[in-house]
Amino acid sequence: MTQCATLVTTPFRGFGRLLGLDCRRTRLLWAVGICLGVFAGIFALAAGLGTAGLDPHLAVRNQAPSLAHPFGTDPLGRDMLTRTVRGLLLSLKVGLLASLVSSVLALVLGVASATFGRAVDAVVNWLVDIFMTIPHLVLLILISFAAGGGSRGVIVAVAFSHWPALTRIIRSEVLQLRGALYVRTARRLGRSHWEIARTHLLPHLLPQFLIGLILLFPHAILHEAALSFLGIGLSPHTPAVGILLSESMRHLSTGYWWLGILPGAALMLMVKCFDILGTNIDRLSDPRTAQE
Amino acid sequence: MLEAIDLGYRFGSSGPWLFQGMNIRIGPGEVVGLFGPSGLGKTTFGHLLGGYLAPAQGRVLLGGAALPVRGYCPVQCVHQHPELSVNPRWRLGRTLREAYDPPEALLDSLGIAAAWLSRYPHELSGGELQRIAVARALGPGTRYLVADEMTAMLDAITQAHIWRAVMDHCRENGVGALVISHDEALLARLCSRVIACGGVTGGMSAAVDLAGMESGEGFAGDRAQAAGSAA
Amino acid sequence: MLRVNDLTISFTRYGRGVSRDALKPVCGLNLDVKPGELLAVIGSSGSGKSLLAHAILGILPGNCRVEGGLLFRGEPLTPRRQKALRGRSIALIPQSVGFLNPLVRLGGQVRRAAALSGMAGGQARHAADAAFSRYGLAPAVSRYFPHQVSGGMARRVLSATATVGDADLIIADEPTTGLHREASRESLGFLRALADAGKSVLVITHDLKAVLPWADRVAVFHGGTTVELTAAANFSNDLSGLRHPYSRAMWMALPENEFAAEHASTQGGEQGCPFSYLCGCSDAACAAAPPAPVLFEDGFVRCHHA
Repeated sequence: MTQCATLVTTPFRGFGRLLGLDCRRTRLLWAVGICLGVFAGIFALAAGLGTAGLDPHLAVRNQAPSLAHPFGTDPLGRDMLTRTVRGLLLSLKVGLLASLVSSVLALVLGVASATFGRAVDAVVNWLVDIFMTIPHLVLLILISFAAGGGSRGVIVAVAFSHWPALTRIIRSEVLQLRGALYVRTARRLGRSHWEIARTHLLPHLLPQFLIGLILLFPHAILHEAALSFLGIGLSPHTPAVGILLSESMRHLSTGYWWLGILPGAALMLMVKCFDILGTNIDRLSDPRTAQE
Repeated sequence: MLEAIDLGYRFGSSGPWLFQGMNIRIGPGEVVGLFGPSGLGKTTFGHLLGGYLAPAQGRVLLGGAALPVRGYCPVQCVHQHPELSVNPRWRLGRTLREAYDPPEALLDSLGIAAAWLSRYPHELSGGELQRIAVARALGPGTRYLVADEMTAMLDAITQAHIWRAVMDHCRENGVGALVISHDEALLARLCSRVIACGGVTGGMSAAVDLAGMESGEGFAGDRAQAAGSAA
Repeated sequence: MLRVNDLTISFTRYGRGVSRDALKPVCGLNLDVKPGELLAVIGSSGSGKSLLAHAILGILPGNCRVEGGLLFRGEPLTPRRQKALRGRSIALIPQSVGFLNPLVRLGGQVRRAAALSGMAGGQARHAADAAFSRYGLAPAVSRYFPHQVSGGMARRVLSATATVGDADLIIADEPTTGLHREASRESLGFLRALADAGKSVLVITHDLKAVLPWADRVAVFHGGTTVELTAAANFSNDLSGLRHPYSRAMWMALPENEFAAEHASTQGGEQGCPFSYLCGCSDAACAAAPPAPVLFEDGFVRCHHA
């Protein structure tokens, strides 16, 4: 009386299986590949479109999306696709710079706070608390003004306001590692502090750090867009996504939906790609979840 | 000779004492048991002996001198949960050889298969991981072994096998051991004497030595009360 | 109540890159639990005993494949049915007190378990109070948070949580680990009381010595299969009642007995009897094919020489 109840069946057949979608690691790798493809696509598109679309062509004002202008045109006749792609490219650059600066800051402060004793820990925690209690946008605006405004102000503001969360994560990771039984055992087995840092701590922290860096990207990009949207920093001629969105606000009631929705959707897509990239690399890098 | 003199520990500088006035002496090649219910600080005591923690009171002496702070510690601990004492991101071969290259004979006697060494910790069972943790702790520099509930998570066959290998190693190399356990039968099997601690008041304050204790050893405390609680 | 027929669980595991190979940690596992019975599942770590519990509850990780029959009250356990029964008719007493929610008062956790098992508000409260008194917990304890009670008390709360919903099958995962004699006796005593009240109790443990006085029958696991299912009374110094060499080795390895350890390796054979290359009496037949269960009136054994 053998009853067969197959509890786990794979939903992928035919084409899906051909691509390896029935296999989780392949799925993760596909997701990572597609995300990287999207970023490469943005660069390729920017190079392919050139900057001709940024010039006003009053003859083709306010055109709905068509084959010639897939994202439509704005009230000055500028090609919205070109402007969006340029904006995304700018966002990528700002995001990269800001998340690099923020994550390096977080790494230094987090490790210092966990290893250099109570005084340093207290100071870092105090800083983190202060930065986290101020509303994020207010902080961005304050720093951006303090840094002299302009595009430099935006980059500095975004770069110096995203470290607290990652600092906390790295601090607690290091504290947890230092207290971990295998690290304490390594010390009793005669390994020096330096060897333990190199062989036990670093390989554990590095993936966390990289994933933290990737996951900072969407934040930085969205905040850059938010600052530009509010009109702080970047000049109105710069094709930044935030500026595109803020311009589109003026035309929302007149039915030019493509001015806001398409750049907004493109921004969302890019941000989501970074999110997917970060989580998937996280899954792949951990030997436990990598097996699933 | 591994000695704990008037050892006490508490968390922070004002927390309640986990235990105080602990004395113990273990000679080379001697196997001593420490028996008692959980929650009395037996694990912390093991950590003090192994140099994992610094005592809040008293001293741990090895051959009359303090334990070395750096370098290979001659007192090695094996813990209850092997999965916590190995790096989850290392293959086990690397973990096994962290301090020294264990000889084939030791690996054979512990039943460690070569195939395990290329795997990650989550791919092995608790018993297999514990064998590796034991092999790692039995380096040539190890003079004393502190086994804290080393086989409490393991089945009887694995327990007997690991202990037989460890006892053989200790006998051949004159390594002393402190066996912390709540299993009286196991302690009776392994140890030449057993120190029991009672836990009426929730601390390792009272204890008696069950078998032939030298004077002054065990825990300072009310002997009569301890005897009463052990009876 | 519960019948497990030739259960096989396989994992797919990744090698380098995206290449995969299959592991079969559980293969040909059989057992059954009757109402009013306490069945102990004994095995070393890695013998597949936790996987059995997870398979019954339907909480295996995604890279697992389950084949074979799981019958609860005579009907197959499908994922849909598992979801419906879990927490209601099938309850798990988890291994560690870490499974209590640290932020919810103990009474609230038991009441919530009652509510999840399908009771209405007032009924759930009554059931929770009854469960508290059943385990000798004072009503005041229901206002405590998990960190305010001792380990033994937390364990009683876990038992209360699992039994508040009137489940018919109770699975206890390692109920004695880390407990000293008194506490483990109490923990198993509660389970025995549940069995005496007509429930089916499955105790998964590595601690043969602790569970024997309380169990009706014992299922001995080795290498992912049930090598023997036998009455608990057969574990005695007269080894004639034990039909599998592994069960005998298990008994002999206890510190109270011989502390013998000839059969220690945990590796399983690729084919044939999983115990063949450790066994004193193995021959060509043992290496060639896994033995089929040989039935006896009180259980079965998988051994070519039984």
